[in-house]
Order: sequence, then structure tokens, then C-alpha cells
Amino acid sequence: MGAVCALGNTVEECWVKLSQGVPAIEPLRNPGNPPYKFQQGAVAYNYHGLDHFSEKELGMIERFAQFAAVAAREAVAQSGLNFHSKLKEKTAIITGTSVGGQFAEEEGYIRLYRENNPRIAPLTIPRTMSNAGASRISLEFGIVGPTYTISTACSSSSHAVGQAFWMVRSGAVTAAIAGGSEAVFAEGLLRAWEAMRVVSVDTCRPFSIGRRGLILGEGGAMLVMENWEHALARGARILGEIRGFGMSSDAHHLTQPTHEGPHRAMRLALDDAGLAPEDVDYINAHGTGTPVNDSTETEAIYGLFKEHARKLLVTSSKSMHGHTLGAAGALEAVVSLLALRHGLVPPTANFVGHDPACALDVVPNQARHVPIQVAMSNSFAFGGLNAVVVLSHAS
Amino acid sequence: MIDRITYCMSEDSTNDELAAQVMRVIAATHHIPVESISIDSTFEQLKIDSLDGINIVFALESEFKISIPDDAMQNLRSIQDTVTGVRELLAKRDEAGSPA
Repeated sequence: MGAVCALGNTVEECWVKLSQGVPAIEPLRNPGNPPYKFQQGAVAYNYHGLDHFSEKELGMIERFAQFAAVAAREAVAQSGLNFHSKLKEKTAIITGTSVGGQFAEEEGYIRLYRENNPRIAPLTIPRTMSNAGASRISLEFGIVGPTYTISTACSSSSHAVGQAFWMVRSGAVTAAIAGGSEAVFAEGLLRAWEAMRVVSVDTCRPFSIGRRGLILGEGGAMLVMENWEHALARGARILGEIRGFGMSSDAHHLTQPTHEGPHRAMRLALDDAGLAPEDVDYINAHGTGTPVNDSTETEAIYGLFKEHARKLLVTSSKSMHGHTLGAAGALEAVVSLLALRHGLVPPTANFVGHDPACALDVVPNQARHVPIQVAMSNSFAFGGLNAVVVLSHAS
Repeated sequence: MIDRITYCMSEDSTNDELAAQVMRVIAATHHIPVESISIDSTFEQLKIDSLDGINIVFALESEFKISIPDDAMQNLRSIQDTVTGVRELLAKRDEAGSPA
């Protein structure tokens, strides 16, 4: 596992705050001019590109791709995998991002439209391209197997993880590096989110009364997956097992969620895992903190889990690391895996009271020690695209 | 800057100064010390690849107010090639009385 976000620059740093229920949501240091309607964000202020890349490299690789590479380095180092020549051909890299490199694009537009200067910086295309993170990882490790990027808004990296899982399970590849990254704090993109009127003007309170929307976050997260026998044969320290993956499309509305689509994705993920709803102990919910998402997700959970829904622990770690969009699915799969390994469920932070429309045990504000056997990580994107990953201990 | 040099110096010293200016632009763009570059350096020796090349050409265009054709760029292999190319484009620009 590898992760970088507002909570920290490594998985361990992130876990310290997650396990203590300490959100990384804080006032934006660049409030915008005129000020954005929202003034809170989960910005990775403690991330410094020069700690990881040379000055020259930073001119060629956008923040979102840096996050992808930094998370991949941590995940690969932890895995202990040695990419010998044959494994390099049998390893996949699948990354997710919602919008890719926005900073170069916006710099170009400023020159073009504000300064009336048609001379756009030469590396705008390779900096902007959504596959820049995947390509960077491929270059760093010399991996020459299937390498590509999925862009399905807030489900991007769940789709990436799920697709990589299926490729490893099918034998198409021996190993995979999969996850996602996003760097949203570019002015044009923030103005676009402002116009959507879904960003909270105070903080992110998933499933709580008084929730007013999501809080934007940034970062990257990567998982290294490996064929079971291959991992055993080399004596790998196996952190957990991806058990199943399910996906669906609402075919309903660009932004309004339904409960049927998420219900089907969760059911398909359980079917893929060969598990029953009653086997699940913990759901890391999509839980954006918007009034509609959280009540609709609750309805979907009750639709599938029935009475067992009352026993489930359902939390949203977005209350601490913000909504990292294309990185969210992978980051929350990492959180789910950490919860499994530590027997500790990070809370839903900023919770101020129960909403009858979200009648779930959301572990409000305080982490809870509880053994977990099976965890589910939900991602539901604008455009109605749903992706669900099921994880368990290594069995 | 280049106009002052063109009109105030002899041809040889102008060329020397032009070469120094080209090397300064390349050093800054490529993030290497200017002392590591000489007029005889090749791009290969300086580890300047095609992607670095388009950054350098962009910076040279901005510095000298010239336009370097795409096909000319592909033939640049060394500092000497670059200085020669920039000098020719500056001369064309001055002849035309407008940017080359």
C-alpha cells in the first residue's frame, strides 16, 4: 500500500490521523479572488514535490502524477517485489484520475485567453494527459506490461483497482500496481466545483444532520496486487486479499444518484467474492457528505443488507481526507485494508447528530476497536457509475 | 538585449556573447550549471533529449524573439548548431525588420 494525501505523506502518517479521528480539513491558504464560496479543503500542504523529484522533473510531471508515483514507490517498496525482466512483462499498471493534469491546462488558458499570448508551454500535453501517472510509474520501474488509465470521475480508482484485481485473478498478469490520484486545487477547477453547489461551506459531515456537502481533497493511493501462489512462493508479507469487485451504471441522471445502481454494484461485488451480505462487517462508504448521496447510499445499503444493515459499521473517511475524486476509491480501499489489519474502524468525523434518513452505525467521531473479517469499499461517481471492492484478511 | 549587442560589438565578440547567452538559456531550462556547457558540447553529452529540446527551443524563441521552424529544431544536435541557427534567424529577422 502507498498513500499520500492531506493526512500525511505515507500510509503510516495517514493512519495515525485516521485512527485518532483527526480530520485534515482546514482553511484554504489561497482563498481565491474573489473568495470561493467554500473556504475549507483537504490540501496536502505537507507534501513537497522537491522531496521526491528533481526541479527538472517537477517541470515535466504534474502534481496528480507526482502523487501517483510517490504512492506507487511506497507500495512497491512495501511489497518487496523485484521486477525482474519476466515480471516486468507480466505486471499491469492501472491508474484512475478524474481530470488529470489541470495546472498545465489552466496555465495555458491564462496565456491564451487572459494574456492573448498563443505561445503555450511545450510540455502542456504530456503534463495534462490523464495517463501521466501510469506512464511515470511504468518508466520508474521499467514495467512493460498492460498500462493504462481509467477516468470515471469519483469511481476512477475503484474501477482501476477492480480491473487490476480481475486481471491478476484471471492470470492475465502476475502482479499489478493499481490505484489513483487527483490534484484538484487549481483555480478553474475549484470555480467549476463552486458552480456545482455541492461543496460544503463549513466542513464534511457524512451521514450527519446538518451536512452541507463534500469537502474537496487531493492525493494518491496505490495497491500492489499479486498472484497468490507467486506471493507465497517468494515469502511475501501479504497484507490482505481483494475478494471481489462489482460495477454498475445507473443510466438515470448525470448527477442525481439512485439506490438501485449502488445496490447492484454491491451485490455484484459480493457475488464475485462468493460472499453473502451477512459476511460483511464494515463498509467504507462513498459518504460524500452531500444531503442526497448519504441518504441514497443508506437506502442502497438497506436494500441489499436488509436487517444486517443495523449491525454493519459504515463510515466515511472523506470526513478526514476530503473527497479526493479520482483517488478516492483507492485511498478508501487502503483505509479499509488498514481497518481490517488493525481491527480498528476510523470514525466518521465532524458528526453532530443522527439523521433518520441515514439510520446506520457510522462510528461517530471516535474510532472503534472491533475485529473485522470482511470490508467493502464503495465508490459512486457523477455520471451514475458505481464501483465496489470487497476485501478481507489474507486467508 | 540582443539588439544592443548586435549594434555595439564586433562580429566575433557578438558571436561570443550570443553563444554565452544561448548557453545561459539552455542551462536555465535544462537545470544544469552553465559552466558544464561549452560551445563544443553536444546535446547527447548534456543529456538533452527530444522533450528537453522542445523546452529549450521554446525558451530560445522567447529570449531572442524569433520563431524556430519545427524542421530546423529536429536538426539541432549541439550548442554550436543552436548558436548558428539562432544567429541566422536573428539576421533574417533584422533584414526583414520584423520577427523572423
